[in-house]
Amino acid sequence: MTTAARLEPSRRVRNRRVALMALSASLAMLGLGYASVPLYRMFCQATGFGGTTQRADEAKAATVQDSGRTISIRFDANVGRDMPWQFKPLQRTDTVSIGARDMALFWAKNTSDTTVTGTASFNVEPEQAARYFNKIQCFCFTEQTLKPGEEVRMPVLYYVDPAILDDPDNKDVEQITLSYTFHVTSVGSTSQDGAKALDRTRAGG
Amino acid sequence: MATTADHFQAHSEDHGHKHEHDHKPAFFARWFMSTNHKDIGTMYLIFAIFAGIIGGLFSGMMRVELNEPGIQYLDTFARWFGAVNPDFNSTLHTWNVLITAHGLIMVFFMVMPAIIGGFGNWFVPLMIGAPDMAFPRMNNISFWLTVFGFFSLLCSAFVPGGTGNGAGTGWTVYAPLSTSGSPGPAVDFGIFSLHLAGAGSIMGAINFITTILNMRAPGMTLHKMPLFVWSVLVTAFLLLLSLPVLAAAITMLLTDRNFGTTFFDPAGGGDPVLYQHLFWFFGHPEVYIMILPGFGIISQIVSTFSKKPVFGYLGMAYAMVAIGVVGFIVWAHHMYATGLSVNTKMYFTAATMVIAVPTGIKIFSWIATMWGGSAEFKSPMVWAIGFIFLFTVGGVTGVVLANGGVDDVMHDTYYVVAHFHYVLSLGAVTALFAGFYYWFPKMSGRMHSELLAHLHFAVFFVGVNMIFFPMHFLGLQGMPRRYPDYAEAYAHWNHVATIGYMVMASSLVIWFVNIIYAYVAGRRAADNYWGEGATTLEWTLSSPPPFHQFETLPVIGETAHH
Repeated sequence: MTTAARLEPSRRVRNRRVALMALSASLAMLGLGYASVPLYRMFCQATGFGGTTQRADEAKAATVQDSGRTISIRFDANVGRDMPWQFKPLQRTDTVSIGARDMALFWAKNTSDTTVTGTASFNVEPEQAARYFNKIQCFCFTEQTLKPGEEVRMPVLYYVDPAILDDPDNKDVEQITLSYTFHVTSVGSTSQDGAKALDRTRAGG
Repeated sequence: MATTADHFQAHSEDHGHKHEHDHKPAFFARWFMSTNHKDIGTMYLIFAIFAGIIGGLFSGMMRVELNEPGIQYLDTFARWFGAVNPDFNSTLHTWNVLITAHGLIMVFFMVMPAIIGGFGNWFVPLMIGAPDMAFPRMNNISFWLTVFGFFSLLCSAFVPGGTGNGAGTGWTVYAPLSTSGSPGPAVDFGIFSLHLAGAGSIMGAINFITTILNMRAPGMTLHKMPLFVWSVLVTAFLLLLSLPVLAAAITMLLTDRNFGTTFFDPAGGGDPVLYQHLFWFFGHPEVYIMILPGFGIISQIVSTFSKKPVFGYLGMAYAMVAIGVVGFIVWAHHMYATGLSVNTKMYFTAATMVIAVPTGIKIFSWIATMWGGSAEFKSPMVWAIGFIFLFTVGGVTGVVLANGGVDDVMHDTYYVVAHFHYVLSLGAVTALFAGFYYWFPKMSGRMHSELLAHLHFAVFFVGVNMIFFPMHFLGLQGMPRRYPDYAEAYAHWNHVATIGYMVMASSLVIWFVNIIYAYVAGRRAADNYWGEGATTLEWTLSSPPPFHQFETLPVIGETAHH
């Protein structure tokens, strides 16, 4: 009854070949959909896309020259929906010399009656400034664990790359906002000492 | 335009009778286990009409709520979806459910099944001189997956979706609203629905590609194929390459929701904006998937009723290829408000505007086809000219919205709603009706009433313009999308739009009356009831065509033109 049964064998082989090629093309796109997750992370890391800040080691930071020009840095702190912490910056803004390293302090307190481990996600506005925002040390590089009622002061050591002065996209940027959000780290992923190094060398930092 | 086959006579009719090849299976086997491309096409069309009525009812519920400022009917609608004494939040959630259901139904269960599954299944094999699709059983699976996808979506409206019953995420299903923002099974049902419909469409695309590449009659080269077949071929490639990306994205949503992954959750290092990139990498080709077969239908009709081949056949075919290719590299123009850099916006603005070039080629070629032709204003031609006008309006507002800077103002306003309804609701749907009146007698064997078809067009044209043209004004004045309530200042044009909805709905009554008329009192349709302008292979067959056609393949002559 079916037409397929009436097709001559060579036609069926050719049909099957075309169909398999089409199927593999669609499977390749499915794979590409998943591959986009690490590719997107690498892209953001390389370009600062979406406000992804850069991570610099001491050696690289030591080579940066103070440009003498200043820029204002604004600090912003938030907690995720289920996070029972208070979290705020100890200075609202800082005026820093572009190229000079500076330290900002954040303060957090666990207001719940259980020990909570948290991870900070981070972002920079305006987004085009992110590729010039380098962190040397940051509390967001590791998980933080606070006992009930415990308070902690957490430093961020950073500098703004003087290359920002040559970027036309950042010509009118007078203030960069550095924003953190603390999220509860799900139970089970926390290591014994509660300060597992996060895999942020690839993901910026 | 299409290939003439003068020396090929409609042999299959008497052939069928002589050899008893035309016997049809019994009812259940014929319709539920169907492998016949015409039967499956018919089922797709009936399904699309059914889904379109439901999606249209949802838009009617929205228009009645928007008729005047304030919340009047949402509370009642929330009860229809099973809420007992809904509070204010779940009442508003019902609005989100309505916009979500309307969008998903119209895109995945009305336009796509009708224009690809319905007309594509019916006329691609006929136009290329093939006995059936390459994989008839897979064709059947495609259809039933689409049907079950639809029922999965309907189920979602009656189960909890977070704030109230139903999935209230918008058709884009953006994270985090669709992940942490919507607990409960409704969004899972919605995602499952897209999986089913998507799998069905990918199988359909593979089937069309194989059929068109391998099953053409002798002499039917790619450059002699009717433009409708070209349009379905390009569409099938778009489906094949874009739908798997959506499948990946919504599968990630599903695991984020249920299995603790954090693809789109910043708490675990994910990024919700990545979902938007993935969605629109699918979503932009998707809008061409909905309109390209319409382009093909309009080309057939304009050529038929101008009684001359379409102007610039190769340009028309490769314009569709160009639209398909460029359609894959413009996705972020839907995301101008996510904080793209100036350079990124500049690229996506320029790339988006480039699409106006092949689209312009098509519009001008249709006009050039009519120019100097012996134009005859039968109902399909009137619908086709209506399409060209309405689609051009939608295209022009599209060029406006393509500007990253302008979009900062227009983003998520009713101007955007007006734009995409002009290209889809007034574009794709008008093309569907044009194709319907063009081919309905071929499919059914009965002539519709030309008077009612013209009347249907006139009322529909007035109605849809009344609904959507005022939305340009509302959008420019700043009325945001996706809210059931609005400031008093927007009341006038919203009221006009709601009246327009009723005008449009009454035109559908004329349509249904016309269908009933055709079956009750319609004349029997001749093989080629549109006369000398209709030159493609389906006109060499009887109306309706025999159950199995082209058992002896037609041969297309060397000299045959498009």
